[in-house]
Amino acid sequence: MTASVTSTERLQRLLALVPYVVSRKSVGLAETAAAFGVTERELVDDLNLLWCVELRAPDPYCPIDLSYEGGEIVVSQAESMARPLRLAVDEASALLVALRMLAEVPGEKDRPALSRLIAKLEAAAGEAASASAQVAVQVDIPDAGAEAYAAQIRAAVTAGRRLHLRYYVPARDEATERDVDPMRLHIVEGRPYLEGWCLRAEAMRLFRLDRVLSLEVLDVPSAPPEQAEPVDVDQGLFRPSPDDVPVVLELTVAGRWVAEYYSCESVSDLEDGRLRVVLRTPNTGLVRRLALRLGEDGRVISPSSLVAEVREAATAALANYVV
Amino acid sequence: MSKRKTERLLGLVVCLLSTRRYLSADQIRAAVPGYPEQDDLFKRMFERDKEDLRELGVPLETGLNHPFDDDPGYRIRQQAYELPELRLEADEAAVLGLAARVWRRAELAGAAAGALLKLRAAGIDTASLDGTDEHPSAQGIEPRLGTPEPAFGPLWEAVRDRRPVTFSYRGAGRSEPQRRELEPWGVVNRYGRWYVAGRDRGRDATRVFRLSRIAGPVKFCGPAGSVTVPDGTDVRELVSDRDSVPAPERTAVLRVRTGAGADLRRHAVSVRDDTEPGWDLVTTRFTDVGWFADSAAEFGPDVVVLDPPDLREAVIRRLKGVLA
Repeated sequence: MTASVTSTERLQRLLALVPYVVSRKSVGLAETAAAFGVTERELVDDLNLLWCVELRAPDPYCPIDLSYEGGEIVVSQAESMARPLRLAVDEASALLVALRMLAEVPGEKDRPALSRLIAKLEAAAGEAASASAQVAVQVDIPDAGAEAYAAQIRAAVTAGRRLHLRYYVPARDEATERDVDPMRLHIVEGRPYLEGWCLRAEAMRLFRLDRVLSLEVLDVPSAPPEQAEPVDVDQGLFRPSPDDVPVVLELTVAGRWVAEYYSCESVSDLEDGRLRVVLRTPNTGLVRRLALRLGEDGRVISPSSLVAEVREAATAALANYVV
Repeated sequence: MSKRKTERLLGLVVCLLSTRRYLSADQIRAAVPGYPEQDDLFKRMFERDKEDLRELGVPLETGLNHPFDDDPGYRIRQQAYELPELRLEADEAAVLGLAARVWRRAELAGAAAGALLKLRAAGIDTASLDGTDEHPSAQGIEPRLGTPEPAFGPLWEAVRDRRPVTFSYRGAGRSEPQRRELEPWGVVNRYGRWYVAGRDRGRDATRVFRLSRIAGPVKFCGPAGSVTVPDGTDVRELVSDRDSVPAPERTAVLRVRTGAGADLRRHAVSVRDDTEPGWDLVTTRFTDVGWFADSAAEFGPDVVVLDPPDLREAVIRRLKGVLA
């Protein structure tokens, strides 16, 4: 157990441990330790503590009797502790909010199981479930196309089939063709992504579903290589690399949203509510597009090559409007 | 962590669970080992223990056995304590494991893990499905809900406990943050971003705030239970109403360089060859001029708006703004 475990946290574990064993009649030490995320030694400490509990009045007695001989835990007397404590408001809310979010995931095939489970948990949590109604999660499903792609992706993952994608790359304004061995459908920051081994890049890639132009399930088995490591989306979608180009932008009040939408290396306030931000990008094409979109609300300060590129693009674009 | 305290709290729970009558503080001191002899020390420790148990969600009841009793006693009703019987089908247990992963490394991760532990303790087997870093979910899906905004924790507490809060907020298009006092009704994650909705006391009106625009700490400014959420409030509706101004759909005609603008073409009504070689004529639908002009300007010299004139002007304005 880690040093940060408090007395009440350990109490929570002890209160769950007794019913965990009782509901299973008998259960192995190793399995139980794994389920509770503790070492076997820590588990044995817990069991000894439970066994030692005594009440002294009116007559002394030990309410809990258990043994773990031969590595099998058996609780022969549990008094009134045979059932776990009710779900707390935070606990019920965490699960219910997550389940309702899952029901929103495009292409979700488990919706009947989800609604049955939600109803059961609401009933079991009772009053503790009510606060969860004050939390809502809405997943961005760009269009009916994305919903259909999500269903196809999940079917392909289950069936172990390769996919063919036409995928839009905004940095180059290019539609690319690629074969992908699908691994998972992710929902990150409210948006669906396909994670898979891209045969063209020979690497794991995340594909935004709203940039998939078309998708086809191939009659070819999916065969991601052994070294295909899952993308750790919990580390954030933005992976800085030493090769990334630092770009300095100045934003007006109306352009401040950039600091919220893009992962910035630094953000500093200027006068009049303006901001100076530093972005790192593997592809300055993306920032060029951003600068054109921003118009007077954002200005590239450096690198100078990008400043020139943006001006050139704007000049050439304006020339198209001169009749 | 103190082992003695854990033992004492555990003894207290078992003691109060196994009584039907309310037990006085003195009876509890006699029954549960570990309390000090001195009255004032005992009192203080007992108060803290009760607080700890209530925080864990243990339903500690206070009451009198007889109307003439002087001091209140304590007990835990078995029925109020126990998680009710819960049986899950295999497919339900499978999605439960998935749900517990949603909050991973976010604000309610600990709560989700705690809930899962209790459900396992109730005999539900999710062990093979809760997944770890080494064994991502076998179901081909990994949904995540992040809470990078530091305001999430206190606002969730405020919503849960119905407490008013105050914070400083930098509204869209405003340069200086303003002090706000809010009766929060709910928090909503819309497309990956957290919002809080409620009654803005200063403006006496319903308002929605984006958590990432809250500057500095969120502070409680009233007791728990002092906020009333009006009947029929749908916080999700409140947040989505913000940007769903129903605008009529309009038609745009664009010249798009051959091979460019795949993203625009995807939503096009029609694409045909332009009279000038190297260009296509793309007809598409849009609702918001500002937003669509931004998107068209992104393509620089590869997209030219021909019609309608207000959209064309808006794009020209963007491009001139770049050069200004």
